[in-house]
Amino acid sequence: MEEKWEPTIIAFVCNWCTYAGADLAGTSRFKYAPNVRIIKTPCTGRIDPMFILSALERGADGVIVSGCHPNDCHYNEGNFNARRKYIMFRALLTQLGVDLDRVTFAWCSASEGIKFAGLVTEVTDRIRKMGPYTEFKQLNQDAR
Amino acid sequence: MAKIGVFVCWCGSNIAETVDVKRAAETIAKIPGVVYSVDYKYMCSDPGQDMVKNAIKEYNLTGVVVASCSPRMHEKTFRKAASEAGLNPYMLEMANIREHCSWVHDNKEEATQKAIDLIRMMVEKVKRNKPLQNIKIPVTKKALVIGGGVTGIQAALDIAAGGIPVILLEREPSIGGHMSMLDETFPTLDCSQCILTPKMVEVAQNPLVTIMTYSELEKLEGFIGNFKATIKKKARHVNVEECTGCGTCWTKCPTKVTSEFEQGLGIRKAIYIPFPQAIPSRPVIDEANCMKFTQNRCGICAKICPKQCISYDDKEEFIEIEVGSIVVATGYDLMPTSAFGEYGYGKYPDVVTSLQFERMVCASGPTLGDLQRPSDKKKPKTVVFIQCVGSRDPEHHKAYCSKICCMYTAKQTMLYRHKVHDGNAYVFYIDIRSNGKNYEEFLRRAQEENKAQYIRGRVSMVYQDGPDLVVEGADTLTNSQVRIRADLVVLATAMVSPIGVKELAQKLGIGYDQHGFLTEAHPKLRPVESATAGIFLAGCAISPRDIPDSVSEASGAAAKVLGMLSKDELEKEGVVAIVRECSCTGCQNCIRVCPFTAIALKDIRDKAGNLIRQVANVNPGLCTGCGTCTPTCPSRSIDLQGFTDEEIFAEINAMAELH
Repeated sequence: MEEKWEPTIIAFVCNWCTYAGADLAGTSRFKYAPNVRIIKTPCTGRIDPMFILSALERGADGVIVSGCHPNDCHYNEGNFNARRKYIMFRALLTQLGVDLDRVTFAWCSASEGIKFAGLVTEVTDRIRKMGPYTEFKQLNQDAR
Repeated sequence: MAKIGVFVCWCGSNIAETVDVKRAAETIAKIPGVVYSVDYKYMCSDPGQDMVKNAIKEYNLTGVVVASCSPRMHEKTFRKAASEAGLNPYMLEMANIREHCSWVHDNKEEATQKAIDLIRMMVEKVKRNKPLQNIKIPVTKKALVIGGGVTGIQAALDIAAGGIPVILLEREPSIGGHMSMLDETFPTLDCSQCILTPKMVEVAQNPLVTIMTYSELEKLEGFIGNFKATIKKKARHVNVEECTGCGTCWTKCPTKVTSEFEQGLGIRKAIYIPFPQAIPSRPVIDEANCMKFTQNRCGICAKICPKQCISYDDKEEFIEIEVGSIVVATGYDLMPTSAFGEYGYGKYPDVVTSLQFERMVCASGPTLGDLQRPSDKKKPKTVVFIQCVGSRDPEHHKAYCSKICCMYTAKQTMLYRHKVHDGNAYVFYIDIRSNGKNYEEFLRRAQEENKAQYIRGRVSMVYQDGPDLVVEGADTLTNSQVRIRADLVVLATAMVSPIGVKELAQKLGIGYDQHGFLTEAHPKLRPVESATAGIFLAGCAISPRDIPDSVSEASGAAAKVLGMLSKDELEKEGVVAIVRECSCTGCQNCIRVCPFTAIALKDIRDKAGNLIRQVANVNPGLCTGCGTCTPTCPSRSIDLQGFTDEEIFAEINAMAELH
């Protein structure tokens, strides 16, 4: 392992709430851990569980999924679909042997810049303590 | 082969201070497919945009990534520039290296690495982007206004003034709403009928406005610009075209019913017009009370009508109309007074609501403006007004403030003193809210010139003692108990959403809150829009409002409608779902999850016309591009253009390859 290992976090966020919340964190100059890479989707409802598995397989050590608070969805109910999917998906992740602490599901609105900054830092700290996620990556490399 | 151009912005020092933009541009230049990579001080400036345009032409770029601020800031700017240079605008993506990077990190090395990652992800995405076309939707240049109160009337008038035909829908027999019941209005003491009636006449005579009274929305289909509404026209039993409103029928009708318009204080007949200035001034038969319907006798009105306009066999009709846009102005109701046992409403006839008080002092009311208390027709010498009845009471009733009660109570104390010069008016209040133009001055007039006595505190109970009512309350300023013998008690009950509004909202597909008030698309910046495109809101349907606010919102909503209907075609983003029909199994998962009912089954037939199978089909006019359908598809046959699986996986892979 490298001398100074730093976790890689991929955040799948919706365009209307969390992406805008991350923008607000920027305009407010709230500092947070630089480990996160944001991937924008229109709505958390768009987020396929495969994205999360793929991120872990491709080397992410932690994943954040964040969208609008319940009842605030720009598309009325996309976030409820996301939540339902996530509840099912958690069981699958457990079956697959993935520690659920590696995948964080959150609500973060466009006005919660400070919450977004805190979320990223908190998840980064947690993943840093957990160490790198190698299982899927290893499988992926073995298969090649 | 993709030819991608990358433009890294310094944003002055906003980005360049924390991100090594030169190194970022140089590193990105090494990615396969990137043929041009450059950094510049201000990409959004004209020279910056020219760099993008020139590079597109010079290098025949197939895709562009601008790494700068948030796409919420300048995506439109750069996509327009790309479009001007002949590149499909959807082939340009932005990497957000300012809000999401330089502004939130301090360490230059880490921030530069992150910026490179973010740009790289966008490069991989844009390599896989497909050109999209904006979707053009034809527009029906006609509007529907639901609710014929002052808000709806104003909206209809303003829309018609823009040359757009309007249908004004009202479920009661006449337009006019609550404002037609009021006596005088704060803070000017204009007679409500005197200012409303001309507007009612104006809207009735406007050739572009079709008024449909005694009618309700039954069903709504379609989408922005292309709504199809089914209107239920309730059976009026009177031929509106033939009827002259002569009044013979309701004069002769033997059945007396308590009048809704008079708030139960007056009577009407079973065939009636709600009030003299009603529009249309055509009667309606109240089936629940007419003897012809309840007992199959009488029939006097049909016999004496000089124009034979009355038909007992009239059935409700369903009319389909096509409109491009809708304004919902369904107003309010007062909270049912049965909730307030402690104030004795219903038990003591001299405890009335504020709206009943309006009718008691109104010159066109049941007593023609002669103020009498209901029990014994006596002129009340002492009146107690109780504010916040049901409002600002989260423990028992509504947590919100009904907004208009402070002002109308002040007005009612004045109206009362104008009728009874030596009368005593007491007002129990929690706080006084008089924040409107000339409102505070008006309140002071009530207190100083008209000697209304304001007591801060709540009333615990009202009970009868002989002919009088006794009001027991607290004065929280002097910290003492107050007992007032009163002739009349007026309750300023909370404004609530009207009955049936939730069902209406469900038909329209718009949101409402826990109180049944309709939800704006944004409470501050989009206050007259619903979250559903093409449907606008105004007045008390959103939350309690006074007349000036309601009328302003009506004009605001009308301006939105006119803006929308001024175009022949609406244009929306090309980010919509698309079905790969060859692999779709017709399982309908996507149809079930679509929040906008934008997906439906489509028949696939052979040449002979036999049905082979059914597949999902997206209506691009209805699709909002949320992508909820995409992950539910077991055969991966539905994808969201602009955010396809391929594009997003490319971003994930790009990210991972570096780590």
